Amino acid sequence: MISGLTVSERHLALFVLGALALTGLAMAVAGRGDPLAVHGYIVLVFSVGLGFAVLSALFDPEPPESRLSEYYDDPTRAGIILSLAWAVAGMFVGVWVAALLAWPELTFVDSAWASFGRLRPVHTSGVIFGFGGNALIATSFHVLQRTCRARLPGQFAPWFVLIGYNLFCLIAATGYLMGMTQSKEYAEPEWYADLWLVVVWVVYFLIYIRTLQRRKEPHIYVANWYYMAFILVVAVLHIVNNLAVPVSFGHAKSYSLFSGVQDAMTQWWYGHNAVAFFLTAGFLGMMYYYLPKRAERPIFSYRLSIISFWGITFMYMWAGAHHLHYTALPQWVQTLGMTFSIVLLVPSWASAGNALATLNGAWHKVRDDATLRFMMVAAVFYGLSTFEGSFMAIRAVNSLSHYTDWTVGHVHAGALGWVAMITFGSLYALVPWMWKQERMYSPKLIELHFWLALAGTVVYVFAMWNSGIIQGLMWRTYNDSGTLAYSFIDSLVAMHPYYIARAFGGLLFLCGAVVCAFNVWMTIRMARRARAAEPAGDVPLYGKAGAAPAGE
Amino acid sequence: MEIEHNSVVAFAKSWGLFYLIALAAGVVIYALWPGNRKRFDRAKKSILDKDDRPGD
Amino acid sequence: MKEFFHRKLERNAIGFVLAIVGVASIGGLVEIAPLFTIHETVEEAPDMRLYTPLELAGRNLYIREGCYACHSQMIRTLRDEVERYGPYSLAVESKYDHPMLWGSKRTGPDLARLGGKYSDAWHVAHLVNPRDVVPESVMPRYGWLKRNALRIDDLGAHLAAQRAVGVPYTDAMIENATADARAQANPDDAGASGVSERYGEATNVRAFDGNPGLLTEMDALVAYLQIVGQLTQAAQQQTATAE
Repeated sequence: MISGLTVSERHLALFVLGALALTGLAMAVAGRGDPLAVHGYIVLVFSVGLGFAVLSALFDPEPPESRLSEYYDDPTRAGIILSLAWAVAGMFVGVWVAALLAWPELTFVDSAWASFGRLRPVHTSGVIFGFGGNALIATSFHVLQRTCRARLPGQFAPWFVLIGYNLFCLIAATGYLMGMTQSKEYAEPEWYADLWLVVVWVVYFLIYIRTLQRRKEPHIYVANWYYMAFILVVAVLHIVNNLAVPVSFGHAKSYSLFSGVQDAMTQWWYGHNAVAFFLTAGFLGMMYYYLPKRAERPIFSYRLSIISFWGITFMYMWAGAHHLHYTALPQWVQTLGMTFSIVLLVPSWASAGNALATLNGAWHKVRDDATLRFMMVAAVFYGLSTFEGSFMAIRAVNSLSHYTDWTVGHVHAGALGWVAMITFGSLYALVPWMWKQERMYSPKLIELHFWLALAGTVVYVFAMWNSGIIQGLMWRTYNDSGTLAYSFIDSLVAMHPYYIARAFGGLLFLCGAVVCAFNVWMTIRMARRARAAEPAGDVPLYGKAGAAPAGE
Repeated sequence: MEIEHNSVVAFAKSWGLFYLIALAAGVVIYALWPGNRKRFDRAKKSILDKDDRPGD
Repeated sequence: MKEFFHRKLERNAIGFVLAIVGVASIGGLVEIAPLFTIHETVEEAPDMRLYTPLELAGRNLYIREGCYACHSQMIRTLRDEVERYGPYSLAVESKYDHPMLWGSKRTGPDLARLGGKYSDAWHVAHLVNPRDVVPESVMPRYGWLKRNALRIDDLGAHLAAQRAVGVPYTDAMIENATADARAQANPDDAGASGVSERYGEATNVRAFDGNPGLLTEMDALVAYLQIVGQLTQAAQQQTATAE
């Protein structure tokens, strides 16, 4: 892969890695006696290791000019593998923390890193940023090039984004285990990791805009709109919510610029829009490309997709306040958040309906093809969880559901049913194209994965609906003498069976992810064998690929 | 600079509404404008074409 | 001609970017901007005091261990919550909280009125093994808090950073941060009077973990837990006048 870079790009890579290694060293020195130093060493080892990899291929010949008449897919291939690795790791930790709530002594070790509070963000960041983020980056590079009919502008920048992003994820996950967190949910990484992500994100944006500018199509295909909204708005959210003053340059710890009610509003403006623009817009971009492509039918209504795009982009921004109903947040903001959350149902269902209407007339394909079925079920869950979300944003409903497991169930209906399903569907479509195979290694395993994932999601969501509603009701139940009927611990005891069911549902879903990773791995091996058997190195199975890119 | 809380809130409430209406109208007009039909139809079908290499 | 076409495309993509940023930002601006003038409408709490260095260190431990993931610190204005936990939370109570710890989930109970509810010994036992005190609890054990010495040499820098984001710590507080942290957990310490002087007579000065000789992370966390909801009595007073 490195010999696919031009010689000057390899020099640039070395220079950047050198600068990064120095940064790591500076962090290690400045952060003596603080966990920051550990991260300094991680950055140092990470960049020196990569530096050696680049050095080993430094004097390879220039890649052939013919590469310019092909798409650049190496980063996409690497991104797919990284995404699946994070999926398995993140979901494993998820099952672990779920089990801890049922059996709190299941930590095995009396060590700080293995306690629920530190593992939980490893799970949330691992699946959202590790699995979801890598899948978004990988697919966005693929979709961008195909819909623009233009190659990525350079070969270094996409690698910088992919690897830099994974360094961010690594810093985040190891930081949580050491207790480094800003305590802002889904924005836990500390100030230096946040700064690094800004750098990575700017490069990501530049790749996108430069490729769009080089496009050979007159119109920007709607999937790119969603990917662009994802990149741009996540940048805005990330920067604003993470404004903080570090204790010193030698401390990992920082203090948020905001406090109290402003901080709460900023945090949930971020939190809800991370759902909107990371977990919705980006994955809608995926859906608008891979679903029509796999079904071999154009999207049902292009106009509807445009209207729902602007609806989502505009309205989500107002909805965050529904996380703070009945709190010390001024009531008018709560009402505004509630109203927009309900109106949001319109563009959300327009998107879900658009996806399902696209499949109308291709139901036989959905029946036979588990890959397409993943995408179909994703659209259904998208519709369901956006409906649920609007419902839960109503103040009266929220008074019951807030602080309970219902919220957790809702999030997982979206995360497992929508985000993960559309991702797995897209990856199953994408992997054979990327490795130039006719199909995945085993369609039967895709079928198995589909049923594991669906069963896992349903078990999980039903368990959490039950426990959440029971919890909410127990907390507010009065007995005849006008006092509260249940103590808090009564409600906790009532949760026990549901927590076991939830862990089981999560386990099924994890097994599905492992099956997927195995299937992808075997597909890659299949491709390697096929290439070894054909020394010409040209396997034009998908479309008419030219010579295999050098150093693939 | 003195910004009264109530005036900020009033501004947010009133102009936010106008902004919402104007934006919605703009988007619907853009999406339904007859002149755009051809572009959209082309875009919609374009992804299904062969996509093995960059265009010229 | 070709040149012109290309430039038009470029403008197209950049215009598009601006449109997304514009459309998306306005919602946030309209919603959040008014909150920055909210101090005009927020309750007054003239009696409000600041976190001592030890309590701040404890609060940071609360954050480090991810306690906020299972415990909220925000009592909503609902009858059952007020009866279960105490007076509902006011905005002013978290005005010095960078960041706020309102939380989003109650796997365990709300902690907004925890301060003073249980003894120090109860907290220590509960943190070492929650099931010793509450047999049905699913809370993790935090035994290492009792073993780890608390890092206090940098507390001055912590207070200075807090001041940079708007918490009114004085020069004397920043200067004495380390000594104050040590003294607050050891009533026999010569500096113990300085703590009450700087942070108020009501400040808890005692060996929170039961061992005055050693300043542990347990001291800091318990000191913090005993002050949650106690920095001001505004909420209690508001409820009292309403009744």
